[in-house]
Amino acid sequence: MDLNTLWFIIIAVLFIGFFFLEGFDYGVGILLPIIGKDDTSRRKIINAIGPHWDGNEVWLLTAGGATFAAFPNWYATMFSGFYLALVLMLLALIVRGVAFEYRSKHSTSKWRNTWDWMIFIGSFVPALLWGVAIANLIRGVPIDKNMNYTGNFFTLLNPYGLVGGLASLTMFMLHGAIFLSLKSTGNVLEGARTWAKKMWPVATVLLFAFVIYSYFETDMFTKLGVDPGVTPILAAIAILSVGSLLKAKKDGWAFVMTGLTIALSTITVFIGLFPRVMVSSLNPDWSLTIYNASSSPYTLTVMSWVALIFVPFVLAYQGWSYWVFKKRISDKTDLEY
Amino acid sequence: MDAVTIARWQFAIVTVYHFFFVPVTLGLSIFVAILQTIYYKTGDEKYKKMTKFWGKLFLINFAIGVATGIVQEFQFGMNWSEYSRFMGDIFGAPLAIEALLAFFMESTFLGLWIFGWDRLSKKIHLATIWLVAIGSNLSAFWILVANSFMQQPVGYTINNGRAEMTDFFAIITNGHVLVQFPHVFFAAITTAAFFVLGISAWHLLKKSKDIELYQKSFKIAAIYGLVGVILVVLEGHAQAQYMTKVQPMKMAAAEALWNSENPAAMSLFTIGDEKNREDVFAIKVPGLLSFLAHNSFTGEVKGINDLQREYEKKYGPGDYVPPVAISYWTFRAMVGAGILMFLLVLYSIYKVRKNDFNFSPFMLKILFWSIFLPFIANSTGWIFTEMARQPWIVFGLMQTKDAVSNTVPAGNVLFSLIVYTLLYAVLMVATIFLWKKYAKAGMDGNVEINENVETIISKA
Ligand code: HDD
Ligand code: HEM
Ligand code: HEM
Repeated sequence: MDLNTLWFIIIAVLFIGFFFLEGFDYGVGILLPIIGKDDTSRRKIINAIGPHWDGNEVWLLTAGGATFAAFPNWYATMFSGFYLALVLMLLALIVRGVAFEYRSKHSTSKWRNTWDWMIFIGSFVPALLWGVAIANLIRGVPIDKNMNYTGNFFTLLNPYGLVGGLASLTMFMLHGAIFLSLKSTGNVLEGARTWAKKMWPVATVLLFAFVIYSYFETDMFTKLGVDPGVTPILAAIAILSVGSLLKAKKDGWAFVMTGLTIALSTITVFIGLFPRVMVSSLNPDWSLTIYNASSSPYTLTVMSWVALIFVPFVLAYQGWSYWVFKKRISDKTDLEY
Repeated sequence: MDAVTIARWQFAIVTVYHFFFVPVTLGLSIFVAILQTIYYKTGDEKYKKMTKFWGKLFLINFAIGVATGIVQEFQFGMNWSEYSRFMGDIFGAPLAIEALLAFFMESTFLGLWIFGWDRLSKKIHLATIWLVAIGSNLSAFWILVANSFMQQPVGYTINNGRAEMTDFFAIITNGHVLVQFPHVFFAAITTAAFFVLGISAWHLLKKSKDIELYQKSFKIAAIYGLVGVILVVLEGHAQAQYMTKVQPMKMAAAEALWNSENPAAMSLFTIGDEKNREDVFAIKVPGLLSFLAHNSFTGEVKGINDLQREYEKKYGPGDYVPPVAISYWTFRAMVGAGILMFLLVLYSIYKVRKNDFNFSPFMLKILFWSIFLPFIANSTGWIFTEMARQPWIVFGLMQTKDAVSNTVPAGNVLFSLIVYTLLYAVLMVATIFLWKKYAKAGMDGNVEINENVETIISKA
């Protein structure tokens, strides 16, 4: 395996980590005004992700930085190409980040409600846009021979992209609802379970719709022949199992299964892309690949050492922080505002 | 306005805004960690109160520092895609390392610190705030490694039409970052010190409850600030000497020195004519600039006109002169603020050395308003550093006008410029509102924050 492939895998892993972790805290953010009917329950909901959301978001920042370091042309083409979509996403992430910290620092209901809506919007917009972005990445966007994106914002908003967006949105809501069931008690627990049950069929149908649509719109599966490969099938099994697990109140297992669905779907996308990183819809030869978009071998080597040494530390202390806060949040918990 | 100008405005606005909060994070995280260490060592509940009070103000700041940082991570690709293609091989690495080494650390341990007061042992909980402080300052180091390359490229070669890394070690030990990091670090210490001094001074003025705690805070901050301001000034001097070597044009612009001089005089006040490159009116101290640049009252300092000729020979025809008036005045604003802060800290230390807190109300007010001084110095410092490097985005290698994204329409950039600016303005109002509220409420922490506020406060 060459270093270009290794870095393709590392970036895939960063996105898996990001979608898995930030996936549930987007979901929790979206469900905040829906399940949290009064201030105390909202505070409990926020506390379920309070200590973690920032650390989760750093997975995205690291993925962004790693893309810049390993595949500068990918970073340059994608971020300048998807300009307005990214501006929207950044605005959402900015207000969301501030809202978590500020909403409890003042007690009028106007103040709180405003920030709670910011949390909702700030979670909703990226949850939707990530699916849109991924759909467009695998379907291909107009990229000319100089690696420049020639479309505009509305190029991205095609029906296929929108189905992708809805699939990611509902998937994250399901994942978030189940995470919340694991971390709560009382009213919040009940609400979370109800919403997990409601979201499961919706997310499942949309995910399947997206896969079928992908057969027609992309070369993802045709590339692999009729056989779709093992990862999408496992992903399908995982998501299908969630329904009965929820019914049996096996929230822990249900969470593992939505997590697997997210991870396996992300893997499927990256396998489908490989060795390309951005598909050109104008001419296959103009696609960005892990070779024409990459840094020099020297930089890739340096970065490989850095990743090898430091990623284990990050995993260890992030894992530890989840361990420290493993308890459910109940009426007895000190709600550290 | 063309796309380059708009993109530059956007970069300047979002980055300077980000850097309002960054130094507070860098300096205050260490300050809070010190207070908590004293609490841990002595078990004195007073220090716990202080830790919590300054910690809360720190958190309000941190949230907005993080939120504004997210834009930073992506805007190179969004607005400066040609720059990213040309520089990615070198520039991406420190950015990625910053996220991996520093952002993960500060964000994870901050979560543990906020929510861990009664879930972690005292020792581990103390360790988490130190890890936040270390993580934040590490992040500053890595981003400055990236910035230093732009000021003084090292450890690279031009290959395949782009800059490629040849020596990672040279990049992280770039002479420029070795002077820049300490300057920024001590600037941050100074910033946090004035933040604490100012708010404590306000409470001393109001004779607030728990006055003893503000006196203690004031005293610690005065010491902290003394260390910070002395070292930021000394480091600034070192940086200026270094700059004379590697970016002589920047020094010439800072001094509005049109023609080379030996010995060179230092300008105290110049009104210049930028177009014709000559002074209209100037007050100068003979020999002082030579002294600053070379530690000796003789020695040549190159002027703008000579450097322009030199650069034309080296890089081809073009205008290599940065905006002189801005460079000159921003540099003076920073240095002026530094000198004022030095005097203020000296005075404060002198007063409180024997625990005499009988300041005149006038002085307390001055100390309160001095909270703004480090913010002025930080912002003008960066504007100077970045603008006096123009027209280069990477010194000697790439010009700013060639760095901008060529596929993003100017209208889109204008749109993002406007929405970021508006959003940032609103967030600034919210931040200042909360700062005021919590700073005023004081150590008691009696602003209860759940919906029973009224009842709790009326009970108290
Ligand atoms: C890692 C790189 C980097 C870092 C750490 C900084 N800058 Fe910078 N700065 C640039 C990279 C850069 C740049 C990409 O080179 C810009 C964009 C356009 C330009 O002319 O240079 C720039 C421009 C730029 C401008 C506008 C200059 C002009 O348009 O003429 C200002 C005011 C600042 N910066 C200020 C800052 C501040 C306050 C920083 C502290 C956080 C900062 N810079 C850090
Ligand atoms: C223009 C280049 C810069 C980029 C791309 C950048 C990127 C970022 C990002 C993405 C974050 C959020 C991290 C999180 O979520 O925890 C952040 C925060 C931070 N950045 Fe920057 N930054 C830049 C300039 C700087 C500079 C020059 C410094 C210091 C000298 C700095 C110091 C910090 C610190 C301490 C934080 C922690 C949050 C806070 O400010 O309170 N950054 N930055
Ligand atoms: C009074 C003496 C001071 C001197 C002689 C001085 C000198 C300098 C110089 C020469 C630079 C530009 C370096 C370059 O572009 O290569 C600089 C930048 C800067 N200064 Fe100062 N400075 C002083 C005080 C301060 C103070 C008091 C603060 C803040 C509290 C401050 C904050 C900054 C910042 C944030 C930068 C930009 C980052 C950097 O390039 O280091 N400075 N200073």
